[in-house]
Amino acid sequence: MTTQYLLQLVISGLVVGSIYSAVALGFVIIYKATRVVNFAQGELLMVGAYVCYAFLVQMHLPFGVALLLTILFSMVLAMTIERLILRPMIGEPIISIIMVTIGLSLVLRSAVSVVWGTDILVYEPKLFPQAMLMVLGVPVSLEFVWCFVLSVFLLAVFSVFFKYSKAGVAMRATAFNQQVAQSMGISVKKIFALSWVISAVVSGIGGVLIGNINGINNTLYHFGLKVFPATILGGLDSILGAALGGVIIGVLENLFDGVCSTYFDLAGVKEVAPYVILVVILMIKPYGLFGTKEIERV
Amino acid sequence: MQYCGDFRTTYEKDVKIFQTPFVKICMGFLGVALVALPFLVKGEYLWISMQIVIAVIGAVGLNILTGFTGQISLGQGAFLGVGAYTSAYITAKMGLPFWVGVPAAGCVTALAGMIFGIPSLRLKGLYLAIATLASQFILEWIFLRWEPVTGGSYGIVVPRPSIGGFVFDTDRSYYYVVLVIAAAMVLFATNLMRTRTGRAFMAVRDHYISAEIMGINLFKYRILSFAVSSFYAGVAGALYGHSLRYVSSEQFNIGVSIVYLAMIIIGGLGSIIGSIFGAVFMILLPQLLTVVTTQLGSSFPGIAEVAIALEQGIFGAIIIMFLIFEPDGLAHRWKMIKAYWKLYPFSY
Repeated sequence: MTTQYLLQLVISGLVVGSIYSAVALGFVIIYKATRVVNFAQGELLMVGAYVCYAFLVQMHLPFGVALLLTILFSMVLAMTIERLILRPMIGEPIISIIMVTIGLSLVLRSAVSVVWGTDILVYEPKLFPQAMLMVLGVPVSLEFVWCFVLSVFLLAVFSVFFKYSKAGVAMRATAFNQQVAQSMGISVKKIFALSWVISAVVSGIGGVLIGNINGINNTLYHFGLKVFPATILGGLDSILGAALGGVIIGVLENLFDGVCSTYFDLAGVKEVAPYVILVVILMIKPYGLFGTKEIERV
Repeated sequence: MQYCGDFRTTYEKDVKIFQTPFVKICMGFLGVALVALPFLVKGEYLWISMQIVIAVIGAVGLNILTGFTGQISLGQGAFLGVGAYTSAYITAKMGLPFWVGVPAAGCVTALAGMIFGIPSLRLKGLYLAIATLASQFILEWIFLRWEPVTGGSYGIVVPRPSIGGFVFDTDRSYYYVVLVIAAAMVLFATNLMRTRTGRAFMAVRDHYISAEIMGINLFKYRILSFAVSSFYAGVAGALYGHSLRYVSSEQFNIGVSIVYLAMIIIGGLGSIIGSIFGAVFMILLPQLLTVVTTQLGSSFPGIAEVAIALEQGIFGAIIIMFLIFEPDGLAHRWKMIKAYWKLYPFSY
């Protein structure tokens, strides 16, 4: 085990972590505004990746157009989901809402498999140049760097959006108190739809990035499951928390995996490490790094 | 003579299991039907009936935890696995009989449930759901990696039970073993809910702060609920393992947890009969979908390749529609039907 190896683990963790952050960001946006726990977040990423593949490779459109059409598709999909499935569930207990999004995830997964099959598909032509860059003496593929930069850019854009834009402020107000928001003239329905749209678009872009690097297949939704450790670590309703949580989980799972497979001869730690971290965090700091503490009074 | 409306004057009358003689007769017929079933159906249908009976045990267990105590669990699949592996280890590797393996499976799983239930002391609702999701993945990983005990990816071959010289190796004889255990466990759960413990569970679910003020020890009852629920899961998992004669880690993945959660939500949260309805529905549904897709496959050749994916999608869509149009589950619908006929034809 050299520092070189450790550094490599950290850097590849950062890249995967930045994708986790994008998905976690989508999750938090929905949770913050609508209190819906979206178990279908990974599927939104997968659908985005496949739709972009369809436009880019199957229809031979230039990348810019394909990306725009993908974003458009994600928006329409999100609005449909919100209107048809989540709107009737308002006021239902949390377990029903969890179940309905699980049902949604099954439907989306099945739709992708039915339309595109289960083989690995590769984006052609590649969006990013295939070159290597030396970071601190470690060779890093340029696509990884782009992927990381784009994720950070997305996070920055949304932080600014929530802080300064009118719609962003309205969304925060709705998250804080729906009735008050409504009496101030904010349409809560529109905010709900908007948060789903933003969330789907962010996840969809994450999917396109992943598709460019690894190619896509029908197990891409696994990214959605990593969203829970990331958001719990960061705090369920914090944008910054989601961003940091995703990156930290990405780095930690890579490090644990590398260390365990070299020293303890334990394979597959990658799949379980994030959840062990999750349990530990829940035990010592249930509301995460930046989450709002729930205070209950009788 | 049964009058319109409720005329119960004592608490004992209110908590009676069989409210009227008619219900008793119906349950008698149901019992006879369940006992006679193996002589009426055979082959695949008998196998499905057996799986339904096993699923009833698991669903009742999960309903005790989630429906009655209000602690959402996404780890039921893994707890079934703990039971299955325990019983498999005891019977196949230690050579002890099935009759030791199954109760031991229940106890070991109860212990595992108590350990994974500890976060419930600080967490509730969504946070607890995510903690149990984590326990699902951690346990799944242990199943796959703890090779000396679980056999790793090869799994374990397990025997069917025997008593004296008689081996329950046909599906018909094993069905009776499962049926007797399931009947006993359902009866126990029904009775448990009529005791102080059961009422304490419901008080914790309805408002845990009020429950605590009324003198209910939250720590004790939450952990107890996890233990009872996991005991049921362990027994169900053990019976499932012995029915397949083979235990491996992919039989207990997150999908199983989701199916069990769907059972109790579609059946009805906080209702024993609802868990039974849910188990029947969720085991029959995939079978029905397989039949439908193979039928469609013969007329539309393209469907055969995507049949599995299509089934999964329809399964998800049905869950969604149930939650939107029948949020209180089948048990609620059953109550409405009963009320309708009780007052028929003067339903006002």
